[in-house]
Amino acid sequence: MTQKEINGQMITFDDEGFMTDPGVWSEDVARTIAVELDMELTDRHFQVLQFMRQHFEANGEAPSLRKIKNDSGVGTKELYKLFPKGPAKKAARLAGLGKPQGCI
Amino acid sequence: MSEPIEKVSIIISRGSLDGIYPGLIMGNGALMEGIDATLFFTFFGLEAIVKKKMDKIKVATVGNPGMHMPTLLGGLPGMSAFATKMMKKEMEKIDIPPVAEFIEMIHDGGGGIYACKAAMDMFHYQPADLSDHVDEVLTVGGFYEKSAGAQIIFT
Repeated sequence: MTQKEINGQMITFDDEGFMTDPGVWSEDVARTIAVELDMELTDRHFQVLQFMRQHFEANGEAPSLRKIKNDSGVGTKELYKLFPKGPAKKAARLAGLGKPQGCI
Repeated sequence: MSEPIEKVSIIISRGSLDGIYPGLIMGNGALMEGIDATLFFTFFGLEAIVKKKMDKIKVATVGNPGMHMPTLLGGLPGMSAFATKMMKKEMEKIDIPPVAEFIEMIHDGGGGIYACKAAMDMFHYQPADLSDHVDEVLTVGGFYEKSAGAQIIFT
């Protein structure tokens, strides 16, 4: 567990860097995580992250990569470009969700 | 700690639904984890990348003890189609895509999709018969070249 202050709020991360409370996520939190991942977030990144968060709120779990590519408006090729080397895990981390539990 | 896996090369050699899917799931799963993946389709596994066959892959209900179905019953007309339909429904529930969509996902994710030359010759297939997402038809030698530095997994 590590804690980091972002915009005056203490955010807790687990040992793998996933936020422990998805409820305290904000775009600034995502930007801070992105710095750790050596990434710079664009509108396209946020389109994916917002889609994932909406899916999480509606279903209680992060969407599969298949759902993201079919329903977020960002296809597979672009997903791998936006989130290189492991899109599912990286996007889940940036979206403030836990480590993905699915296999697809 | 051991070195992380950086590249896998998966051989898919069987043409039943349960023969094809594990390799696709492992290949796609590798890409999702940032691991390079190369998939090589041979023998009956080749049907997974043949345009006219790829979405007609069936579960074997005969000679498949995992189905817990008596051989004579499994051999009844329509039994394999029925079992396939049931399995596909379950798979859709957990978001496992149909074969053609899965191959496209793997290809778009940067995975290599290769057909075995010997299997192509044996079953009289032409490159035009293959899915548009197939990168190349390879000989065994070509397969080993593409697999340099990879863990090879035979399914």
